[in-house]
Amino acid sequence: MDINNINSMLLDILKEIGNIGSGNAATALASMIDKKIDMEVPQVKILEFKDVTDILGGAEIPVAGIYFELSGDIDGNIMFILNLESACNLVNMLFNRENTKTELEDMDLSALSEVGNILAASYVNSLSNLTSLTLKISIPSISIDMAGAILSVPAIEFGQIADNVLFIETQFEEGNNKVIGDLFLIPKMDSFNKILQKLGVM
Amino acid sequence: MNTIKVGMADLAVVKTPGSLITLGLGSCVGIVLYDKINKIGGLAHIMLPSSKEIKNNSNKAKFADTALIILLDEMLNSGAKKRNILAKIAGGSQMFSFNSNSDVLKIGQRNVQATKAKLKECGIPIISEDIGGNYGRTIELNTEDGSLLVRTIGHGSKII
Repeated sequence: MDINNINSMLLDILKEIGNIGSGNAATALASMIDKKIDMEVPQVKILEFKDVTDILGGAEIPVAGIYFELSGDIDGNIMFILNLESACNLVNMLFNRENTKTELEDMDLSALSEVGNILAASYVNSLSNLTSLTLKISIPSISIDMAGAILSVPAIEFGQIADNVLFIETQFEEGNNKVIGDLFLIPKMDSFNKILQKLGVM
Repeated sequence: MNTIKVGMADLAVVKTPGSLITLGLGSCVGIVLYDKINKIGGLAHIMLPSSKEIKNNSNKAKFADTALIILLDEMLNSGAKKRNILAKIAGGSQMFSFNSNSDVLKIGQRNVQATKAKLKECGIPIISEDIGGNYGRTIELNTEDGSLLVRTIGHGSKII
């Protein structure tokens, strides 16, 4: 399938996939930190590579990225990305600490990976349950670095088959704006046909 | 001074005074060419090692092998002389670690190997490099003196 000819039906389906997955992930996040979580409507973004690194507000912004490989009926990646301030606030909430900490230690990184793991797993589980798609995720891997460098990882995967990259993005916000995170589902393009077939629309 | 930003899978050439910058290199490799006599610099931000392994290869700036040829051509068209051109490279890190031996995760290493092989084939010496590791880099070439500033988060800055 050619990324430049994605029709509106496929776009709607990808958005709905984002919706199903993120709703559950948002609930999981809310119960983990016992706070209200707002979720934006998932967006499907098709970007040229040169624009990819700027989608989080700048290529050099420090972020925490938690990365998963996705396999089964959809091959691709899931990434949960938080800016550094949000990442610190999130671990402070998890550990019930005062918001004084601005650097992340090993224990914090481990906690963030686990949060990512629960979000990605809820996303994938609800997708599996509501569709007939079989999905598996890898163990999490975390990196704290420039947004551009982190986003280049899924971009490179797409680079092998296309000149654009497709993200299904959902933004989460904790009620007081202390934690803002982006969950990305980045399906490989050869998964699109499989998704359509499994969902019975093709 | 004009600063040209080079995005992912993109390249540019500029004469002094001017600088070339590429932000957030992860597994990608930044290939810098510089003619110190004519003070002309070029920068390519490549994502993948070889255009031959991949069907969709219309964007030549995406691959180490094809990007270097185009970058070199543009340098020569701007008045650079082949015998003056020296190279510096940066990037090629592995941002995430997994136990699996997936090729995608080793892409940084493969990008560096392919870049070095192609530079050798073109007879362009590499005078300095800052490659590998597990962190991102921003690089900026000053065309006045050919210095390349490498910035990182948590791993310091240096000029190579």
